[in-house]
Amino acid sequence: MRLLHSQPLSRIGETDMPLPMKITLNGEDHEVESGTTITALLGALKIPLVKVAVERNLCIVPRSTFDEVILQEGDRIEIVRFIGGG
Amino acid sequence: MQDKPLVIAGREFTSRLIIGTGKYKDYAQNAAALKASGAEMVTVAMRRVNVMNPDEPMLVDFINPKETVYLPNTAGCFTGEDAVRTLRLAREAGGWSLVKLEVLSDPKHLYPDMEETLRAAKMLIDDGFDVMVYCSDDPVFARKLEDLGCAAIMPLGAPIGSGLGLQNKVNIRLIVEQSSVPVIVDAGVGTASDATEAMELGCDGVLMNTAIAEAQDPIRMARAMKHAVIAGREAYLAGRMAKKRYADPSSPLAGLI
Repeated sequence: MRLLHSQPLSRIGETDMPLPMKITLNGEDHEVESGTTITALLGALKIPLVKVAVERNLCIVPRSTFDEVILQEGDRIEIVRFIGGG
Repeated sequence: MQDKPLVIAGREFTSRLIIGTGKYKDYAQNAAALKASGAEMVTVAMRRVNVMNPDEPMLVDFINPKETVYLPNTAGCFTGEDAVRTLRLAREAGGWSLVKLEVLSDPKHLYPDMEETLRAAKMLIDDGFDVMVYCSDDPVFARKLEDLGCAAIMPLGAPIGSGLGLQNKVNIRLIVEQSSVPVIVDAGVGTASDATEAMELGCDGVLMNTAIAEAQDPIRMARAMKHAVIAGREAYLAGRMAKKRYADPSSPLAGLI
């Protein structure tokens, strides 16, 4: 059954290790480690989390859950903020 | 004699001028123009964070959302779904339910797509938003938007960013007369007299961006707009004299030497 998973053979048995994972971030390809939370992603990008809103696969991620939501392979993440506009 | 405050969705405003935050040289100039204008509410847009440059200037560092009401807009949205998605993000980012809905059609004239606007307004109101809606100057659509429960009706005076001034005063007046929610002319103001004219027609407020931002001296124009809106409002409340076909001397004719 393990063969059904797409993990590289060399990684089998090393599931505690963070694996690289592809997501789409603001429309661009981006790589994160498995287990990354929204808070960790914003931290790595040096984005102040009080000033932004985050959407994951078209659903809003409430700020109160940034610590708990763990990114998954293929997630489409949007990070937006207020800018000048009319 | 004190004017009554402008009340939108239960929030009170002393200033009847709302300004945009786009097209300024930088946010510092924008903040200075805001101060000069006396406005208490600014429109803002939602856009992606530049993940390559997280240190780029943030609007919130120049215009404090605790002191000035942020009115998130849906500029650039061409469908109801886009607009609703954008404003839900804005609500999460700022916690505000008062929003400006604009669903555009053709980039050449940026007229609102009224069919989509009506649909989006209903979705937003059902979702608990207080919707200030950019709309055409058609009194029939304005009535429909009010019946849906919009918090303010905001007909365009002329195409966005054109600075052409009020193109259809008859329609703006009809909308003012029929509406029981605030009517705010949004878009088309080019200079102070345009803002005064909108207020003289009985509008409850004026929203402008380019007229200030693209003036040679934006801060001075912001101050001019502040006075223009006050002057127009006062003239409306005062009630203008009747127009006459011929001269009527101001000095008495009796006792002439």
